[in-house]
Amino acid sequence: MAKMTLEELRKLREKKQNEIQKRDIEGKDARIIVGMGTCGIAAGAKPVLDTFLEVLEEKKIDNVSVTQTGCMGLCYVEPTIEVIVPGMPDVIYGKVDVETARKIVEQHIIAKRLVTDHMFDRPAADIIKKDGGK
Amino acid sequence: MHICIDDYLLDIVQNSFEAGSSLVELTFAEKGNTLFCEVRDNGKGMNAEIQSRVLDPFYSDGEKHKKRKVGLGLAFLFQACDACGGTFALQSEVGVGTTVSFSFRLDHIDAPPMGNVVSTFLALLTHPLCKELVIVRSLETGKGGDTYTLRKSELEAVLGPFETSGIMSLLRQYLASQEDELEPYREEIPLDVHRRNTSPSRQQEM
Repeated sequence: MAKMTLEELRKLREKKQNEIQKRDIEGKDARIIVGMGTCGIAAGAKPVLDTFLEVLEEKKIDNVSVTQTGCMGLCYVEPTIEVIVPGMPDVIYGKVDVETARKIVEQHIIAKRLVTDHMFDRPAADIIKKDGGK
Repeated sequence: MHICIDDYLLDIVQNSFEAGSSLVELTFAEKGNTLFCEVRDNGKGMNAEIQSRVLDPFYSDGEKHKKRKVGLGLAFLFQACDACGGTFALQSEVGVGTTVSFSFRLDHIDAPPMGNVVSTFLALLTHPLCKELVIVRSLETGKGGDTYTLRKSELEAVLGPFETSGIMSLLRQYLASQEDELEPYREEIPLDVHRRNTSPSRQQEM
């Protein structure tokens, strides 16, 4: 890849903007929050953040909000991420590796089904498997 | 402990963001077999008492997590630098800011792998508390070298706020293209397996 200039980046941005407007929007208002505290980083939260962006790009979903936060208090099941999709319960997933991240995009964000074997908080504790199924 | 050098870096630059800095300047320079980093912020700074305790993993100001008794970011970094014959220095003044500089001997058997520089810069630039971040990244070897500079304000003026996955993917593409330009200068660094640990703290012990 040749070194991109800011001007080239601006053009790519405009191109993308047009594509977004043309598409029927999937993943609208969905939010992914990655726990990026010391515990999260040590457990591999950075490759997980990368994977979310990669898979969303691959599926041509441009409008999911992806942000970082600190430790969510579940250090024992890091990396943890919170997924907020309108019309679905807010969920904190734990032990999220690269494969799970892909599954969360395909299953939770796109197919609107919870990834039950990695849920560690919310919805109610009685429907979460004891150790997240792992 | 973190796995890669860039994980340590990501961890401690977040401290600067959380200290309320309006500007964080990061130098990330690979020169021969040494990596030199400096993180300079204009955040709230630390008094002498806190500075003396900040490398203690069992010290935390407790502001972020009320009942927590550990603060591992700087402690981890110091340990990792120390283990591979690197250096570590911290300067801070209340109301002025904090500068952390450190280096790793990349040819040392205990030096962690570098990790993914592009991902780290992406995570830092898009961190919710990052106001302005200037990154100066350079690589210098026997084959020559190059430098590039990233400014959050400049990139945001082009892309808009770094909020959605689409924008972040474009930013990643841009960052990767900058980093790729350094590749021709990269030289493999052979491990120096015979050298004794020469880190300053160990020398004192001897």
